[in-house]
Amino acid sequence: MKYLDEFRSGELAQGLAREIEATAPAGREFALMEVCGGHTHAIYKHGIDELLPERIEFVHGPGCPVCVIPIGRIDDAIALARTPNVLFTTFGDMMRVPGSKGSLLDARSQGADVRMVYSPLDALELARRNPEREVVFFAIGFETTAPSTAVTLLRAQAEGIRNFFVFCNHVTIGPPLKAILDAPDLRLDGLIAPGHVSTVTGTSPYRFICADYGRPVVVAAFEPLDILQAVLMLVRQIADGRAEVENEYTRVVREHGNERALAAIEQTMELRSSFEWRGLGSIADSGLRLREEFAPWDAERRFEVPGKSVPDHKACQCGQVLRGVVKPWECKVFGTACTPEHPIGTCMVSAEGACAAYYNYGRLRRRGSVPA
Amino acid sequence: MCLGIPAQLVEIVDPEAKIAKAEIGGVRRDVSFALLEGEPRIGEWVLVHVGFALDRIDEEQARETLELFEAMGQAYEEELKTVRASTVDGQAPESGAES
Repeated sequence: MKYLDEFRSGELAQGLAREIEATAPAGREFALMEVCGGHTHAIYKHGIDELLPERIEFVHGPGCPVCVIPIGRIDDAIALARTPNVLFTTFGDMMRVPGSKGSLLDARSQGADVRMVYSPLDALELARRNPEREVVFFAIGFETTAPSTAVTLLRAQAEGIRNFFVFCNHVTIGPPLKAILDAPDLRLDGLIAPGHVSTVTGTSPYRFICADYGRPVVVAAFEPLDILQAVLMLVRQIADGRAEVENEYTRVVREHGNERALAAIEQTMELRSSFEWRGLGSIADSGLRLREEFAPWDAERRFEVPGKSVPDHKACQCGQVLRGVVKPWECKVFGTACTPEHPIGTCMVSAEGACAAYYNYGRLRRRGSVPA
Repeated sequence: MCLGIPAQLVEIVDPEAKIAKAEIGGVRRDVSFALLEGEPRIGEWVLVHVGFALDRIDEEQARETLELFEAMGQAYEEELKTVRASTVDGQAPESGAES
């Protein structure tokens, strides 16, 4: 609670926590999955987990776009970055993610031209300014980020920029959630869905969770009070025996999402028959690739990429962490061989990864257990 | 990286390419308003994700969210660092920028 004391709405938060305690049916435990890494980060930063009754447990979901990229795709990115004349661009988060032989940062120190960008538009600008180079953008992210790549592709097409290529790793949020709900090793009682992704998709992608799995879903923003409010809405649904998609983030998220953004994705990208996820394996209809019309801008068609599936590091349990079946502190290398400075797995690289959140905010062991 | 950062639109730069200048955490940079419904107005607050305005938000909410992000530290700082390290209108992104 030390963090919440610093938060100016501490009293409101305590009030919500008391209401959650009073509402959640007694005598049983609840596992609530926060799907998004932004939520994971906020929960541990503000000590929301310590504010809740012990029978409510947060389980971390697959909604960290950096964490879910498998090693094989990192290797492909590094191979692209090492291709002669390629200027490789990436979001900063991906720089330190280890592939099977080092990271993009390592590739850069060995001479590859790898640049960090904030936006795909920056990568396109680099292509405009460097017409003699072939600029590749490492596109990652869920439905929040895919429209930005889509609009950038449409700009490249409109301006006839032919030295800009997208290495497309965009993914969709519904299929991995279905894979997790189908897994026999995890029981979830409710899900907190990501606010910012849902500004694009709306609330409809989560309906199957209620209809097919009988689990309640609440779409929530990222502030501590929003997360507590979402937990309260979930335990109310559970107490009432309801399973609905509710929207805590009504100030931005609408039922139908951002139609322009969805149209831009639809115009430029199509579903791959399957896409490999770290820890979840190949999932049907879960990844996006460029449509035939955009083949001239598709890095996977323009260049040779190894395209191999590579198993995770033996000691790393990111896969189980991403599926919510293992807590970060249960992983053998957590905090010892694997730290934010020297990460082995993706969940420790990204600030939004569950392992990084646990490590940075001192959740090094089970709650209530005696320090070792 | 899935966070949207509140930003205030300060200038329409290119109506055809749908580029506006926005102020994000004290940094001015170009953002696209191609995904924003309706015409953008100077002074309005938007949620910016990887250089794109995704939606409008009201000013009070924008300020609350910014305060929270500042309190959140690392994740926000890293996001802001990347905003500063990379521009579409100024100099080319620094090749030496650390992640």
